[in-house]
Amino acid sequence: MRVVLAEDLFLLRDGLVRLLQAHDFEIVAAVESGPELSRALSELEPDIAVVDVRLPPTHTDEGLQCALDARRKRPGLPVLVLSQHVEQLYARELLADGSGGVGYLLKDRVFDAAQFVDAVRRVAAGGTAMDPQVIQQLLTRRAADDRPLARLTPRELEVLELMTQGRTNAAIAAKLVVTERAISKHTANIFAKLGLEVSDDDNRRVLAVLAYLDHGR
Amino acid sequence: MTGDRPARQTGSMNTETKSDSGLTGTRAVALAAVRGLALALISLPGAILCFVLSVVSIALVPIGVGIVTTPWVLTAVRAFADSRRLLAAQWAGVRIPRTYRPLPKGANPWTRTFGMLGDPATWRDLGWLVADMTAGFATALLSAALVLYPLEGLAIAVGLWRVLPNGYWYGFVPVTGQVSALWAGALGAVLLLAGHWLAPRMLRGHFLLTRALLGGGRGELAERVRVLTETRRDAVDTSAAELRRIERDLHDGAQARLVAMGMDLGTIEALLDKDPQQARQLLAQARRSSADALAELRDLVRGIHPPVLAERGLGDAVRALALRLPVAVDVEVDLPGRAEAPVESAAYFAVSEVLTNAVKHSGADRVWVDVHHSEGRLRLTVTDNGRGGAVIGTGSGLAGVERRLGTFDGVLAVSSPVGGPTMVTMEIPCALS
Repeated sequence: MRVVLAEDLFLLRDGLVRLLQAHDFEIVAAVESGPELSRALSELEPDIAVVDVRLPPTHTDEGLQCALDARRKRPGLPVLVLSQHVEQLYARELLADGSGGVGYLLKDRVFDAAQFVDAVRRVAAGGTAMDPQVIQQLLTRRAADDRPLARLTPRELEVLELMTQGRTNAAIAAKLVVTERAISKHTANIFAKLGLEVSDDDNRRVLAVLAYLDHGR
Repeated sequence: MTGDRPARQTGSMNTETKSDSGLTGTRAVALAAVRGLALALISLPGAILCFVLSVVSIALVPIGVGIVTTPWVLTAVRAFADSRRLLAAQWAGVRIPRTYRPLPKGANPWTRTFGMLGDPATWRDLGWLVADMTAGFATALLSAALVLYPLEGLAIAVGLWRVLPNGYWYGFVPVTGQVSALWAGALGAVLLLAGHWLAPRMLRGHFLLTRALLGGGRGELAERVRVLTETRRDAVDTSAAELRRIERDLHDGAQARLVAMGMDLGTIEALLDKDPQQARQLLAQARRSSADALAELRDLVRGIHPPVLAERGLGDAVRALALRLPVAVDVEVDLPGRAEAPVESAAYFAVSEVLTNAVKHSGADRVWVDVHHSEGRLRLTVTDNGRGGAVIGTGSGLAGVERRLGTFDGVLAVSSPVGGPTMVTMEIPCALS
């Protein structure tokens, strides 16, 4: 799998390159600034871009803007955005086009190499990988005044949280140590309670739930 | 010599005391007379000329000519007033503050004219000119006359009476011969005694009068100084407290966790061969510690300068803040540019504090935030539909916000009737880039 990596701090860039190479990714470019990233994304046609939000020269949200730009030019281009902090505002912008292939994670998540690599693969395959913190914030906000959400059982909430992070039924089942069948029953209940249309497509269903949670009230 | 230096310095520092305390007796009186005469000779024609030119020039503003001439004339008036300020300081130790508003460099005559006419100091100048050609002239002339006139009386007594025309009156004494001339001399001597005391005071009176008319706005200035002193102290206190908090947080948080992590790693090294099972457990613990340290640092950074503020500016930072709150917040932003970083930061933390208040105390389930910039002011409004009754002070945190904004000459107003709604409005004068 061909990866373009953008990270301005040498130590982190180097670490990410080694981590991804160790898991059989091919790093076609490891760049350190916004303009370089834009060029690499348009010329190298990677399978996924792993991008730091804050990049030179402006040291603002250059990385995020480049990624959004590239996705406008090539819809569905898988992008995994990494940051020292996560903001719902940015998550919303990344999800806005509704085409999937989006990840948004804290840099800390790299500590768990297996999970991080799993997230990269998932995003590259057109799935989503939302940071648990983003989901937590969404849920706390919604829980305050959302009746359908209040009707979910604690277990269902747990499943909802993991599902919105972008995990498949199989992964959720493994994490909660139950059968996959049990999980699909939970998800069916969740969708029914929230009044959402059930979909077999893992990706669509995540986007639907995220949109539900983030829907401007 | 070195001994009396401090005393002199104190004397010159305290501008209210006599500056020429070293000069006593005849020399001081003579000097006062000469200076009074000079002042009288300058002030009458100078003030009349300046005043007439000003009135004519300002009267010509409507037909356009005045727009060109007024800046010149008023500048001349200011120079005339400045020369008097200088004399006041040098001759009587009376310091008259210069309170003209600065004019933009290279401004066109139009803005210069109306800038100067809009300045209260200009009108104070004109008022002073009228006083200077009358009361000012009289006081200056008196301080000279009180010395010179008695001298004439003495001169008459000594023999000047011989060349004077018959029926000449010196004061209330008709000078007709040596006897009446002696009376005139006696009167002169009495007047001289009075003048000796009065002349320097009269000159000083002239300058005090000038200060009363020209130095207006002293009250405003004093008030401004008081506010600046207060807000500066608050700013210093606040930032010192912030630094202390950051230090404590780092010390008890991230720093301690890193130490623990280092220890764990050392233990893992020792256990690696002996007890791989336990080593693995410790490894997981070390990883958790590092994640916790990062989380703490992240919170700390958010408290110092929120990353979204650095990345996107005030508008998006407030939007991101709103998304973190457990209640519904509508954010309206209308900013054509970005304010300076310190202003943005102050505005952000002010909104943050007010929002936190609203969420914690008001019981509101809906909040509206409006951020816009107009007429050189950044205006932030936070409205909630809670129970109201919020006041500045009483530990509501609003007093802190007011202090924080004060550093930037910002103000805070709260409208919060019992029963709600609460509206907090904040304004900071600033320019956008």
